[in-house]
Amino acid sequence: MTMIPTETGHAPARPRLPRALVPLANILGFLWRSPTSAFGLIVLGLLIAMALLGPVLAPYDPYAQDLQATLQAPSAAHWFGTDELGRDILSRLLFGAAITLRIIFLVTIVVGPIGMAVGTVAGYFGGRVDTVLMRVTDIFLSFPSLILSLAFVAALGPSLNNAIIAISLTAWPPIARLARAETLTFRKADYISAARLQGASPARIIWKSIVPMCLPSVVIRLTLNMATVILTAAGLGFLGLGAQPPMPEWGAMIATGRRYMIDSWWLVTFPGIAILLVSLAFNLLGDGLRDALDPKQMNRR
Amino acid sequence: MTTPLAIENLSMRFGAVTVLPDVSFEVAPGECFGLVGESGSGKSTILLCVSMLLSGWEGRIAIGGRAVRDMSLMERCRSLQMVFQDPYGSLHPRQSVRAALSEPVRIHRLGDVDARLEQVMTDVGLPVSFLDRYPHQLSGGQRQRVAIARALILEPSILLLDEPTSALDVSVQAEILNLLQRLRAEKGFTCLMVSHDLAVVDYMCDRFAVMQHGEITEILPRSAILPNAATHPYARQLIDASIAYENAM
Repeated sequence: MTMIPTETGHAPARPRLPRALVPLANILGFLWRSPTSAFGLIVLGLLIAMALLGPVLAPYDPYAQDLQATLQAPSAAHWFGTDELGRDILSRLLFGAAITLRIIFLVTIVVGPIGMAVGTVAGYFGGRVDTVLMRVTDIFLSFPSLILSLAFVAALGPSLNNAIIAISLTAWPPIARLARAETLTFRKADYISAARLQGASPARIIWKSIVPMCLPSVVIRLTLNMATVILTAAGLGFLGLGAQPPMPEWGAMIATGRRYMIDSWWLVTFPGIAILLVSLAFNLLGDGLRDALDPKQMNRR
Repeated sequence: MTTPLAIENLSMRFGAVTVLPDVSFEVAPGECFGLVGESGSGKSTILLCVSMLLSGWEGRIAIGGRAVRDMSLMERCRSLQMVFQDPYGSLHPRQSVRAALSEPVRIHRLGDVDARLEQVMTDVGLPVSFLDRYPHQLSGGQRQRVAIARALILEPSILLLDEPTSALDVSVQAEILNLLQRLRAEKGFTCLMVSHDLAVVDYMCDRFAVMQHGEITEILPRSAILPNAATHPYARQLIDASIAYENAM
């Protein structure tokens, strides 16, 4: 073997966009190029716009009853018709967007960190810690999530906030499972050993080395979860355990509308379409994110 | 001067399998000590034991006269560092070079992060502008330089090298070995290097141990390679095979 005494020549660094924005712009660009995830983006954008601008856009007060004009079919005055108390359904849908968004947001920011913490700690430490944390997770997973949330809401008392708490308590186990599985795949990697050799504490290793690796799949899973969260919230609303009347929550609207369903189809149809579109949008967006956050895509900075 | 690294009666078992029955050797100050042997002969396990990445061993490992088991985590990290075999797996894929190198400085509260990073990048022959790159934007050789920089930024007295060049192209191997030689001359650290390439050992190491089935068959000086002065039959066979292979190339 011959030894060549050389020093490497280095290519000059390429000019780039501001670092923090590049991955985000890449991901959005990627999502935009595929029709299904672009649909998801558009619906999500609409939902946010409705939640923000609902009070401005709504033609009527969503709580204002008009007993002279109950159960009116869609018309120029009431585009989506009126309900059994003469309230404008379009206005109620617009106000309901903010409620739906609030449920999704609160559940996600509770569920993401809890699931991530439980999963990464269990995966990194292994052994007894892993056993204890995963058995607790199994207990939560062994109930269907709607049934478990029903039990929680029944115990806590029916209200929107309790529904959010109940959904959060039942939605974290799959995230924890996922984060643990991800952690197990690279906890023996050389860069984790290197971090240990540098004297990093377990908390530091989990936060700085493991969490960034788990984040993409957890974000994807959370996005896919949002559809389930919306459906569970609507289900709880439908059963009268979520948002209480007169709150314009979509599931509760369907619940009250079902009594008039045969004669007045618009009472259940429009909230139903809204729930369908939003949960479909989150599913498509989650699918798109799965492709966009693929490591090979991330490398195209 | 005390012995920088002494290993006495080190034994390690994984369940029923004894990987290292009883290993003892000493490394002299400033020396580069090689460990060679076939796959599974326990070379890398010795490094993992010394670095305490594996802790279930028995025996005594001492750095500068102090047992590694008695050292605090911080003290141990500052006396020994390791360069791993695969530069593609030893750098965190989502950390920039700057993040990877500043972590040890922050953990040990050494201060003066920027100056230290620039110094260590210059030491390993990388331009300072590479600090903002990610591992996937670097070649294998550049990554291994970053890994060496990360090991050296804590200024350890012992550097453990786990086949630092076996994952690299031959010409890049030469660059990395030259770099390690230069840094060893400049900083005066002691090396313990695992390799199964006798040419690398010939170039780098002052002395080397030939291992088989977890035991050291013979400790030889570098000068013993070419005349094949080994006395143990396995060591002779290994060196003969290696020389025959080199000649055939």
